Amino acid sequence: MAEKFDAIVIGAGPSGNAAALVMARAGMKVLQLERGEYPGSKNVQGAILYAEALEQIIPNCRRQAPLERPIIEQRMWVLDDESYVGSNYRGTKKKDEPPTRYTVIRANIDRWMSKKATDAGVLLICEATVLDLIKLDGKVVGVRTDRLGGDILAEVVVLADGVNSLIATKAGLRPTIKAADVALAVKEMHFLPKEVIEQRFNIANDEGVVIELFGKITKGMMGTGFLYTNRESIALGIGCMADDFKKGGVTPYDLLDAMKAHPAIKPLIAGSEVKEYAAHLIPEGGYKAIPQVHGDGWVIVGDSGGFVNAVHREGSNLAMTSGRLAAETILKLKEEGKPFTAQHLARYRAALEDSFVMKDLKKYRNMPEIFHANPQFFTTYPELLNRAAATILKVDGIDKKTKEKEIAGEFVKRRSRLGLLGDAIKLVRSFR
Amino acid sequence: MSKVEEKLFENRYRVDEGRPHIAIISADVCEGKCTAKQCTYCCPAACYALENGKVVLTTDGCLECGTCRVICDDHFNIEWSYPRGGFGILYKFG
Repeated sequence: MAEKFDAIVIGAGPSGNAAALVMARAGMKVLQLERGEYPGSKNVQGAILYAEALEQIIPNCRRQAPLERPIIEQRMWVLDDESYVGSNYRGTKKKDEPPTRYTVIRANIDRWMSKKATDAGVLLICEATVLDLIKLDGKVVGVRTDRLGGDILAEVVVLADGVNSLIATKAGLRPTIKAADVALAVKEMHFLPKEVIEQRFNIANDEGVVIELFGKITKGMMGTGFLYTNRESIALGIGCMADDFKKGGVTPYDLLDAMKAHPAIKPLIAGSEVKEYAAHLIPEGGYKAIPQVHGDGWVIVGDSGGFVNAVHREGSNLAMTSGRLAAETILKLKEEGKPFTAQHLARYRAALEDSFVMKDLKKYRNMPEIFHANPQFFTTYPELLNRAAATILKVDGIDKKTKEKEIAGEFVKRRSRLGLLGDAIKLVRSFR
Repeated sequence: MSKVEEKLFENRYRVDEGRPHIAIISADVCEGKCTAKQCTYCCPAACYALENGKVVLTTDGCLECGTCRVICDDHFNIEWSYPRGGFGILYKFG
């Protein structure tokens, strides 16, 4: 006879760990399956941890979690080929107490969070790839893996299987993700002595910096780059929409190397030792690309549900929150003695809609297609802005009014008056 | 070593010898029907190489991102699954 659990969670990333922990803590018999050697070994993230979302699942998380550095400074760079114009926010750890954003190393955080889940009673089995969902009369009733003999049954299955969402797709619960809805990001881990990082970024030993990179580095593709300071390493990466990569022009690794060679970035990583190269898809289709996330006997959480706010680079907090909300819905239904039907699990969708997860995604629902269809935001404007800055800052005997005219003339020449107006409207539309 | 091979060299893998988790469904489709062969320049681990007009797939350095699966949407000529449990890329940092 097949063994039966109250719930099976597929995947041990932030969403799966959140769901498993919340259910087990309330006394449910939870089985969690992870295909990696350990939780985190298949996972990739920038990575920034959003403490508030984690705090709701693990109180006092700031004191216990393996955090790297709280972010006290955010730099936003708009890059041309050899220059950038930027803006900064810099606070202090004290001023923004408690910090809500920390750099983290994903493998460390996943393992730590998973330990919390197993301490709460979750049965975690690693090195087990789920092959199929088992369905009975259209209802999901369990899973089949490549490792554990026989079928494993459960009252409800939580799919936290990541962006590719193979299992849900195979079972026909959702369509295959589209190249237009995912970004391919590549990333390297650059190791440097702690003191060197602190000197280069003008920070103390418990402070961190984030640099968001936007512009010519993506070669006209819709995408962004990033640089995060960890304790003894710098995470550096760049991501662009997969269908833009498909059009050709540059390979992901050449794009990353070109970014590393930019005159503003190169000195920051000089002399570093690269210890890992990673690639991952990020679901960036936003609100319109979110699939059905619940049905008879199943819910989808985290990246497999497409819960990523690409504009603000938030993902792990949406993942954890979706995992928590799914678990809380399941617990509530169990308490009320209601079966896990699509009709009852719809409460999970409602809880998502009621939270920042869907509210934020809804706010930016138009952004992906607007930016996708208008590469000038990634090429022409960064170029124009950089040229404007260079022109106005150059002291060469030419009067300022003439310079202003020249700058305005360049904008009109490149985009036309109507074009500029249209772009302004598109920008406003994409942000609300 | 090519630049991408140098990058992959830093990674930790447990290769499932003789059991590739990705397969090209029909070599003829790659050779005859697919003119752009986007997998050869989209894969971040350069698993797909062009040799005499044929696409040759070696999954040993695969980062399991899924890019080839989503961009092969003109011909749907890739059969993609995850490696067996415990095999494949093992990220140290992620």
